[in-house]
Amino acid sequence: MTIDSVRGAPATPAHAEPDLVQLLTPEGERVEHPDYPLDLSPEEIRGLYRDLVTVRRLDLEAVALTRQGELGIWASLLGQEAAQIGSGRALGDHDMAFPSYREHAVAWCRKVEPLKLLGLFRGVNHGGWDPAEHGFHLYTIVIGSQTLHATGYAMGIQRDGVLGTPSAGATIAYFGDGATSQGDVNESFVFASVFNAPVVFFCQNNQWAISEPLERQSRIPLYKRAQGYGFPGVRVDGNDVLACLAVTRKALEAARTGQGPTLIEAFTYRMGAHTTTDDPTRYRLKTEEEAWKLKDPIERVKAYLVRSDMADQSFFDEIEAEAKAVASDLRKQCLALPDPRPLEMFENVYAERHPLMTEEQEQFAAYLASFEEVSS
Amino acid sequence: MTEVQAMEAGTATTTYALAKALNAGMRKAMEDDPKVLVMGEDVGRLGGVFRVTDGLQKDFGEERVIDTPLAESGIVGTAIGLALRGYRPVVEIQFDGFVFPAADQIITQLAKMRMRSLGALSLPVVVRIPCGGGIGAVEHHSESPENYFTHTAGLRVVACSNPADAYTMIQQSIASPDPVIFFEPKRRYWEKAPVETDPARWLPLHQARVVNPGEHVTVLAYGPSVKTCLEAASAAADEGRSLEVIDLRSLNPLDIGTVVESVNRTGRCVVVHEAPVFSGYGAELAARVTEKCFYRLEAPVLRVGGPSTPYPPSRLEDHYLPDLDRILDAVDRTFAW
Repeated sequence: MTIDSVRGAPATPAHAEPDLVQLLTPEGERVEHPDYPLDLSPEEIRGLYRDLVTVRRLDLEAVALTRQGELGIWASLLGQEAAQIGSGRALGDHDMAFPSYREHAVAWCRKVEPLKLLGLFRGVNHGGWDPAEHGFHLYTIVIGSQTLHATGYAMGIQRDGVLGTPSAGATIAYFGDGATSQGDVNESFVFASVFNAPVVFFCQNNQWAISEPLERQSRIPLYKRAQGYGFPGVRVDGNDVLACLAVTRKALEAARTGQGPTLIEAFTYRMGAHTTTDDPTRYRLKTEEEAWKLKDPIERVKAYLVRSDMADQSFFDEIEAEAKAVASDLRKQCLALPDPRPLEMFENVYAERHPLMTEEQEQFAAYLASFEEVSS
Repeated sequence: MTEVQAMEAGTATTTYALAKALNAGMRKAMEDDPKVLVMGEDVGRLGGVFRVTDGLQKDFGEERVIDTPLAESGIVGTAIGLALRGYRPVVEIQFDGFVFPAADQIITQLAKMRMRSLGALSLPVVVRIPCGGGIGAVEHHSESPENYFTHTAGLRVVACSNPADAYTMIQQSIASPDPVIFFEPKRRYWEKAPVETDPARWLPLHQARVVNPGEHVTVLAYGPSVKTCLEAASAAADEGRSLEVIDLRSLNPLDIGTVVESVNRTGRCVVVHEAPVFSGYGAELAARVTEKCFYRLEAPVLRVGGPSTPYPPSRLEDHYLPDLDRILDAVDRTFAW
């Protein structure tokens, strides 16, 4: 008897696809959902397309730079562009995003220079942008930690007394399917729920936590977990940028008006490797990847734009050229990124002068200087 | 007139128990800065299991004195988020042995976020931890976890040993722009002493204090061990030996200058703490003192602390904790070289 036969099959497998909010089919056909009306101008839809193409191109460039030894590692977002652009474009000026380490497209929406992201993966620093300036927190490598920061920040927004006013903001916490197994994510759900904090939990279920499939994280669809904590959970087609935008927009608005948290499960697929050091051919079938390719988040918007006469070939060519230029710029900037000064590692550890840091920094400086004396 | 007002007006010659001094210090900080929050398990209506936060929720409300879910990582993690939003959370970990579920948030997030942001972010979070043994508690209620945190760059680690320091150091820690791990000696919570209310006369947070001047041996201690060392100094004085007892107060940063000045005079040094000696804070002190006072030392730096065992059942803790005799024995041994 196998372990599976002992425990029995779950009522609803974690990978089942029920209740998926969708506004744009994989074939590019616009459909309506009663709970998520969305009225976008052709210009806005073209803008989303531009975002999707640009971030995919940036991502490809970063992968190439890694292969050429310019970055130590890269976590590709390939396949998750719609989940990130849709949710990222739903964010307002007063909102604060708390990413993990793959949210390059959300960073794009928050106007964080892509070069700053590359700096982290090149090893120049551990982040280096000002979260307050962008409404986009630092990348967090430890799985799920940032969900608590998002919840605490949301509790701060509550205490500021701005909820329900035009200056209200909410937080959005990004994490993956693997993170849902972490204690911190569960604790953040508890805190968010009991304090009714204005936070949106945005889980990009890309089906794989490095080599572990969703079935190793959950017996039930992830969005259903929200019910156990006492707030709404919704599963959205993560490859549908319109649906991701509409669902996130609604959840953020609920949070900003004091209606508490929402868990969004963006059902998507990581088309590439976990990071550039990973080898997905060891653990997943090519047929699975091929099946998901048919749901590509960019192709369906393109088909919709064509089908609705909102764009012609010259538009697509223009976007392609633009994305290429952005990537080319990024490449140049990346190659020009200087290494940090050795003594920088002693800086910014403390806000107030710390005698040990000063002492060790001085010793290290003297040691480094001794080489210059020898060579001169 | 409230007690705090009376103290401010200089009309109170206030003698506080250590727990009450912490309470008064937090109350003062909360009155002075509306961004100061207190959060933890049972800190609200109950006033904390040691009553350190007694009455704060009543006076400052549930939004500022937050009874949290029973989740240590969640408490510290949300405190980080609140700090990012401009608040100054003072977190209570109920007992030292319960800080470990929060260790990840403290070590990987709280300590490192400033460097990660190249200085753009400050996390003025205070994590209060009742520490040490001697109260007859069950397992996990009598630990000495200071070394886990002194080893982590980005954190400041302090330990108060008496009501006066408790009152001032908690306020200084709350005012610090850096995260502070604040150890409270739980078996000293009920001991009373006068507190100094005039900030002009407070010692800086990271300065050690010579609590008993002496000539023959420098004894280094912090937190609950300080009082035991003072008792040892008193007993030694009867035998004609003069112990200089230094209360380190701050473990990271360490006020090594005060220590070196003393050891260079006495030529002998004994370190006392409750935590296991092996790979403990005393090893750091011994190494630094040896490095800086090598030619002045008459004997190796000796350490008195717990054995390398888990904290024992409470019926054995009198054997585990450094007591007067073990300290005096170490003092004797420094004279045997």
